[in-house]
Amino acid sequence: MEFAELIKTPRVDGVVLHRPFMPTVEGTLCLTGHHLILSSRQDNTEELWLLHSNIDSIEKRFVGSLGTIIVKCKDLRVIQLDIPGMEECLNIASSIEALSTLDSVSLMYPFFYRPMFEVIEDGWNSFLPEDAFKDLESMTDEWRLSDVNKDFSVCPSYPPLVAVPKDIDDDTLRKAATFRHSGRFPVLSYYHKKNGMVMMRSGQPLTGTNGRRCKEDEKLINATLRPGKRGYIIDTRTINVAQQAKARGGGFESEANYPQWRRIHKALERSNVLQESLIKLVEACNDQSHSMDRWLSKLEASSWQTHVKEILTTACLAAQCIDREGASVLVHGTEGTDSTLQVTSLAQIILDPACRTIRGFQGLVEREWLQAGHPFQQRCAQSAYSNSKPRQESPVFLLFLDCVWQILRQFPCSFEFSESFLVLLFEHAYASQFGTFLGNSTAERTRLSLPEKTVSLWSWVNRPQELERLTNPLYEANSLVIWPSVAPQSLLLWEGVFLRWNRSSRCLDEAYEEMVHIIEYNKELQNKVNSLRRQLAQLETEDPLLQTP
Amino acid sequence: MEHIRLPKVESVRLLDRVSPRRSRVGTLYLTATHTIFVENEAGVRNETWVLHSLVCSVEKQGASASGCPLVIHCKNFQVLHFVLPRERECHDVQLSLQRLSQPESYEELYCFSYKPNVDEEERRQEWDFLGLKADYSRMGLPNSLWKLSPVNRHYKVSDTYPADLFVPESATPPVIVGSSKFRSRGRFPTLSYYSKENHAAICRSSQPLSGFSARCLEDEQMLEAILRSNPRSDFMYVVDTRPKLNAIANRAAGKGYENEDNYSNIKFQFLGIENIHVMRNSQQKMLEVCELRSPSMSDFLEGLESSGWLKHIKAVLDAGIFIAKAVAEEGVSVLVHCSDGWDRTAQVCSVACVLLDPYYRTLRGLMVLIEKDWISFGHKFSHRCNHLVGDPKEVSPIIDQFLECVWQLMEQFPCAFEFNERFLITIHSHIYSCQYGNFIGNNQRERIELGLRERTHSLWSYLWTNQADYINPLYRPDHSQTQGLLRPSTAPYCFKFWRGLYNRFDRGMHPRQSVEDYLSAIQEETQQLEEQLASHKQKIAQLEQEQGWRSVTQKAVGFDKSPTAWARGNDLSLANTPQDYTGGFLTSSPCQPKTPDSSLILLPKDLNQTSESNLSNGSDQESGIADLSCRSPLSEDSTRDADSDEAAYSAA
Repeated sequence: MEFAELIKTPRVDGVVLHRPFMPTVEGTLCLTGHHLILSSRQDNTEELWLLHSNIDSIEKRFVGSLGTIIVKCKDLRVIQLDIPGMEECLNIASSIEALSTLDSVSLMYPFFYRPMFEVIEDGWNSFLPEDAFKDLESMTDEWRLSDVNKDFSVCPSYPPLVAVPKDIDDDTLRKAATFRHSGRFPVLSYYHKKNGMVMMRSGQPLTGTNGRRCKEDEKLINATLRPGKRGYIIDTRTINVAQQAKARGGGFESEANYPQWRRIHKALERSNVLQESLIKLVEACNDQSHSMDRWLSKLEASSWQTHVKEILTTACLAAQCIDREGASVLVHGTEGTDSTLQVTSLAQIILDPACRTIRGFQGLVEREWLQAGHPFQQRCAQSAYSNSKPRQESPVFLLFLDCVWQILRQFPCSFEFSESFLVLLFEHAYASQFGTFLGNSTAERTRLSLPEKTVSLWSWVNRPQELERLTNPLYEANSLVIWPSVAPQSLLLWEGVFLRWNRSSRCLDEAYEEMVHIIEYNKELQNKVNSLRRQLAQLETEDPLLQTP
Repeated sequence: MEHIRLPKVESVRLLDRVSPRRSRVGTLYLTATHTIFVENEAGVRNETWVLHSLVCSVEKQGASASGCPLVIHCKNFQVLHFVLPRERECHDVQLSLQRLSQPESYEELYCFSYKPNVDEEERRQEWDFLGLKADYSRMGLPNSLWKLSPVNRHYKVSDTYPADLFVPESATPPVIVGSSKFRSRGRFPTLSYYSKENHAAICRSSQPLSGFSARCLEDEQMLEAILRSNPRSDFMYVVDTRPKLNAIANRAAGKGYENEDNYSNIKFQFLGIENIHVMRNSQQKMLEVCELRSPSMSDFLEGLESSGWLKHIKAVLDAGIFIAKAVAEEGVSVLVHCSDGWDRTAQVCSVACVLLDPYYRTLRGLMVLIEKDWISFGHKFSHRCNHLVGDPKEVSPIIDQFLECVWQLMEQFPCAFEFNERFLITIHSHIYSCQYGNFIGNNQRERIELGLRERTHSLWSYLWTNQADYINPLYRPDHSQTQGLLRPSTAPYCFKFWRGLYNRFDRGMHPRQSVEDYLSAIQEETQQLEEQLASHKQKIAQLEQEQGWRSVTQKAVGFDKSPTAWARGNDLSLANTPQDYTGGFLTSSPCQPKTPDSSLILLPKDLNQTSESNLSNGSDQESGIADLSCRSPLSEDSTRDADSDEAAYSAA
């Protein structure tokens, strides 16, 4: 196999493993094509199986002939391996380095992984655009499913099927696509059943410095307005950034050409700024100093919480325009593949109770992230510990998950899933045995034949034992729109991700178990009481006195 | 009342702090005890009651075309922005409130006029509910090592100490008296907590009057006696909770700290907690941050950092941990002091007790602890909480910091405490409200002189009667977290901002659904189920026995999932409306749906009032019916319209 040449030393004995909150283990370290494995060959200790793709960076240290490798993972965990023998240590380090930075997607683990579980439902077919459209059709006939992008030629980052206004033909779409960044013409993101208002998303209009316009684009988005109604365009960039984009051929919708639309500019940050923010935040969380001032100032300087607040605020604004103002909304930034998706997906969490179920949330991630063309492969190539020069990496999806967690904290009974589902999605977006988050678009995933060659994360999740683990015991369906608070006092640091490896969660886990116990005991009693009641009713009917009329 | 210049102002607006455009119009009344704002919206009767004793400042701002703003800050961190139509009225209300909120004598305090519907016998029993003797005997005292000393029976040795004090068996009266002369305010070393398991004790005192070189044989003997009362230990810690510099500065004034050379077998330690002035300024700064109108995340975090508040909380908790570990893990006794031994010393001793002893993490235990380390040992509540008009430099949120330390611990150990956050907040509120006699005065001697036990009500029995509201559903006496010493993490990221207290009245900021209330409702239901289960079983057994003959008289009571039990958990019906996300550009009001909104449950009237009474000061709703008796005109028929109450208010 082609990995063999990268593995200089496949096996070292007498390696000592240090992990957060777990006892130190001594054992044999093995390197395979996709895993770093440490096993003590004793029954009572837990083995370490670490995907190479989960490794963000490594550091080597030597004291005499004892080498130490610090492995920093994309899930933010830091582990330490003490390896006797300098040569072995160097070999292991360089092998890990090579194996964790493979460039070719087709060498990734999902292509080699064979499921050890029974697939009940193939996740690759669970959330097809045509199925989502059936739901839409049951609510309105104002939209149609267009296959204008069936060969990915109109917009390489869109799926083959997109929902567009019924009266707009494919030619209009093609022309509108030439006027939008990367061909990302306005498409339907969400239909608000309550009042028929819609949310659309797109790339920026290519107005350029001389104010180009495109009648087809105007026609397309105006087709979503009710007679006499105005809509809102939420541009996720500040007016200055949007102005500057004109010089590079981009721009924004002018009042003159889009008189029925009101433009709102928000200041959501771009990818490299967010990556920088993540790095600083994780550094602050790992700081061993016991100074309160230092912690608070580092937390502040990372700006992570600021991003959370800004993204949530913008999503709330979009939801408010739709639900409270009764207006349709178009959301875009520059490409329409990052901050745009944060806003449109969070707005749906707020507005649509269906998105707060486990399955509904999977559907949301499929629709608004995977099929909408968020470039996962690029964005999640590196996490907070990477030393390599950042290219396209950015924790856009992690920020989205953080925002969902914030809403979950404020409405702890309104989500069918628990925090662990969000953590799971974070882990799998960065390193996984499943093919779901590979590639940058539907086109790439089709080219790589992912549905045929890999297993979908949803196939694994949608099995009773997994679902049970991810279910929120407090859940009670809540059909209301949920408006979160975005005050700084209301937004917390997501400890479950950022402090996960820094502080023991034992007491909090125990509290969770206690909570589950209280709820389950209650259910158990309900069942008992019900069965006794039936028994009682039966006894009563058997009573001869009661049988005589 | 002679202090009320203007009993009633009409067309007053009460602004919403988060979105000022959302204001309510109503009538403002000043009564002898409360400021009351009655909203005059047709059909609803929303009232906001603010106790005068909770008012901390009344500020008149520049008048504008829309009226004259009056901002009232309360000690429970409620802030009310009123706009009065005319400056003259605003001025009168301000002067009246300033006078009413700053009583000049104890006799004016609310606790002396607060007359709930309780007869005298019951009232007297309220005060017997909690006794410190019981707590000392729970610790196993007196025993062969510690004895109850009558030396301060008449408050002659230290007038700020309680009458009953435990001292080492070997400490003779001359040693105690000698030692007291060498300590600030005569506050000699005495027992605060004793560990039955290993004989280690926490003792407390004030600073020694050591200056640069003074010694006192009796004081040295006193410490020696404390050490001897812990037979298994050959040394003890002497902990000065102040920063070293402060302690050194005190030497110039003839005070200071113990010289290790003069006392045998002590290990001396500074713990670096700042003084009351630093704490007062710190909280003030933090509250300013809490009050910012739509602050950015940076404004908030920078403000929080520069206030230093969490740093101080961490210092207090760190100090408590030091002492708790010395006692539990090393089995070593500790003498704790600061300057006078009634602020930092109270904080640190009580935090250590909470960490050490599971009893102090129960409902009753926390009350006992406050009674012991704070009330009996002479924390100057009336000075620190500004109960009477007095020196503003004496005011300081020392007890707030203790309650917050407990809250921070609850966040780390969710199953370890029998009580919930609401319990702490209610206690906090009543420390300042002056509604109950418990916290009035500065020491035991003053309280006896004021006859508080004879003339006022006790908070502790009120809390005990209403304990259902204060129980943490996750607490189980047999849970592992409940046992033994708590070992909290004091990494900076473990300290959180206490939104529940400092932004208590900004309802929009809190989680819209409470897990705790949800679980409490489930537990309540579980209890009903258990009863039903038992009764069903009984009936079945009965029926089976009676096989076929006598008629069945009782029909099974159909069980349906009680909607009331669940409603409590679902606060959502308390209109979850969007905040101002827009920065104010949307044409219509962002916060009010223009038409009745199907997504919002329309509030039934009584629910609405509940939510309102939450907004007004805690003491009103918490005291329930009892409290209403002193404002009878309103309480008897709260649905009457505002105008008909006019006479009643002006007569009051």
